[in-house]
Amino acid sequence: MTPLRRLRPLLKDLVTQKTQIRHVTYMPRPGDGAPRAVTLIPGDGIGPLVTNAVEQVMQVMHAPVYFEKYEVHGDMKRVPEEVIDSIRKNKVCLKGGLKTPVGGGVSSLNVQLRKELDLYASLVHCCNLPGLPTRHENVDIVVIRENTEGEYSGLEHEVVPGVVESLKVITKFCSERVAKYAFEYAYLNNRKKVTAVHKANIMKLADGLFLESCREVATKYPSIKYNEIIVDNCCMQLVSKPEQFDVMVTPNLYGNLVANTAAGIAGGTGVMPGGNVGADTAVFEQGASAGNVGNEKIVEQNKANPIALLLSSAMLLRHLQFPSFADRLETSVKRVIFEGKYRTKDLGGGDCTTQEIVNAVIANLD
Amino acid sequence: MATRFLRRASKILSSTNPNPSSPLALGRAFSVASAPIRATLFPGDGIGPEIAESVKTIFREAEVPIEWEEHYVGDQIDPRTQSFLTWESLESVRQNKVGLKGPMATPIGKGHRSLNLTLRKELNLYANVRPCYSLPGYKTRYDDVNLITIRENTEGEYSGLEHQVVRGVVESLKIITRQASLRVAEYAFHYAKTHGRERVSAIHKANIMQKTDGLFLKCCREVAEKYPEITYEEVVIDNCCMMLVKNPALFDVLVMPNLYGDIISDLCAGLIGGLGLTPSCNIGEGGIALAEANLANPTALLLSAVTMLRHLELYDKADRIQDAILNTIAEGKYRTADLGGTATTTDFTKAICDHL
Repeated sequence: MTPLRRLRPLLKDLVTQKTQIRHVTYMPRPGDGAPRAVTLIPGDGIGPLVTNAVEQVMQVMHAPVYFEKYEVHGDMKRVPEEVIDSIRKNKVCLKGGLKTPVGGGVSSLNVQLRKELDLYASLVHCCNLPGLPTRHENVDIVVIRENTEGEYSGLEHEVVPGVVESLKVITKFCSERVAKYAFEYAYLNNRKKVTAVHKANIMKLADGLFLESCREVATKYPSIKYNEIIVDNCCMQLVSKPEQFDVMVTPNLYGNLVANTAAGIAGGTGVMPGGNVGADTAVFEQGASAGNVGNEKIVEQNKANPIALLLSSAMLLRHLQFPSFADRLETSVKRVIFEGKYRTKDLGGGDCTTQEIVNAVIANLD
Repeated sequence: MATRFLRRASKILSSTNPNPSSPLALGRAFSVASAPIRATLFPGDGIGPEIAESVKTIFREAEVPIEWEEHYVGDQIDPRTQSFLTWESLESVRQNKVGLKGPMATPIGKGHRSLNLTLRKELNLYANVRPCYSLPGYKTRYDDVNLITIRENTEGEYSGLEHQVVRGVVESLKIITRQASLRVAEYAFHYAKTHGRERVSAIHKANIMQKTDGLFLKCCREVAEKYPEITYEEVVIDNCCMMLVKNPALFDVLVMPNLYGDIISDLCAGLIGGLGLTPSCNIGEGGIALAEANLANPTALLLSAVTMLRHLELYDKADRIQDAILNTIAEGKYRTADLGGTATTTDFTKAICDHL
């Protein structure tokens, strides 16, 4: 091998791992470094494990955040008032999953929280992590999903015994504001295309209204390309040619499916960050499948995957305008994944515990 | 245990081939195998008529005893059916009990009934069965797909009941009934039993839509109790989507309400190479089976025609034609545009006839 060829992998190492590219300096206002309060809801199942992971890493980084912990569990009737007040005061929250009983009488607390705080857009960022082998390359999709209405309105009733109706409600108001958020996100993050996902050939009025709102907002952003795709075709394209998608905006139910599919092709729901945002507050949680609290075996053996929540907390730090802490955390997590030594089972790794991964992330911090 | 594994393995190698000695799901008796069977044919639009010719040619070459009755979509709305399909077409399917349909597109947001929906409602086609197998001749990122999706086809979110409450607020009704859910669950378990499948998974979102999907699940559980030899499980749809794209070998038979079924069955089609390679069959009450192709492509219609032959219990003819198709695709010399090739329909048809 020629000397240059031998040097190439070393150069690659140098670029990806050791040097940190200096961005334009973030000039803060005096006093921006004061620690911010963040409400923390550990949740059920693997929730306490992964939120503890975030706490540890934040402490080591001396990040200017401190956590106000509140215990909420999935079998409670409602989210306690004090928790809602705390989130309203702090404007930011980090949460683990809340277990929803299947088919029972209690409505999902995750959904309740979103409606109370009017967190109308849910965002999941699905992208390939370097070093994590997946079947699909070049995946970089952000799914923005309407979070308050649609099929999740919770309006069901039994007409006669054996016949049940469920109402799917679509309003112009909600569709418009989520479309506006999607285009604004694309604009602020230098994204080139927004795709609306729908089923308007069958649900003509409901999804037709959603599409109308998206089209109106699209005219105000002429530099961003806009197109529409039917949800079944969308899923098919996601598994065969995911590189064609950039930002996707969807109503509630399709958003759930598309986000989980996109997360699956990019590496699994254990590594995708995301959160919910409203006009006044933002709640960060595991990106897709946030209601998934894992099973008892994982909890007992402490083998939960903290990567998703760690990346979501990096998003939280950026949201609070602490970009360098966010960058440090993200780089460290990406290094751990790239190295491949510390990975939980769902990423194809061995029997790694949560604590081992946290230690690896802390060791890799600049 | 070992025999079951071998049976599964041989099934994967030779695609669908239900045990010839057990009665097929809808028990049709035929007196003489050589008496011509009448079947309805809807060529569909676009290049539909061209590929329907292709099917007829291949069947003639293989000496399949089928007599086709062709029906076309009109350009006027027939008041008896409220859509472009005529009453005569529907009566023909009701009489013949078996049919083959090419793709018929629905215009977006026009205000009349979708053509496919009309067929489903009028003929009471309550289950859509889509077997998804990785084809040995066509490589995708997924090699080990071997599952069947069975989707409730008449109600759910596609009931078409929408209205505008006030300006800017629209409601759409999702209806789940015990009768329809029981019907599709029965068919799913029956199919699993007659085709030697071991597991049936019900896909739902009952943690959010507690009463509607809860009712669907209750019906599935009731039917599951009658088939103790088949494993039954329930999977939430988000987990299902994720597991399907990560490891599709985890699933066997999937039974779902209408909307999830639509999305999941198209997702599974995407896993093996697109709608052009997945046959599908609609089962109706009274023993009606309508095989359909979802894409205007010769392979789709041909594979659906093969499914139709299996339903008619003409297994050896079905195997012959299926092997010919798979060999032609595996060879790679004559592939139509959506498989990445440049051959015309006539070339493709001729290649398959040569392989027979």
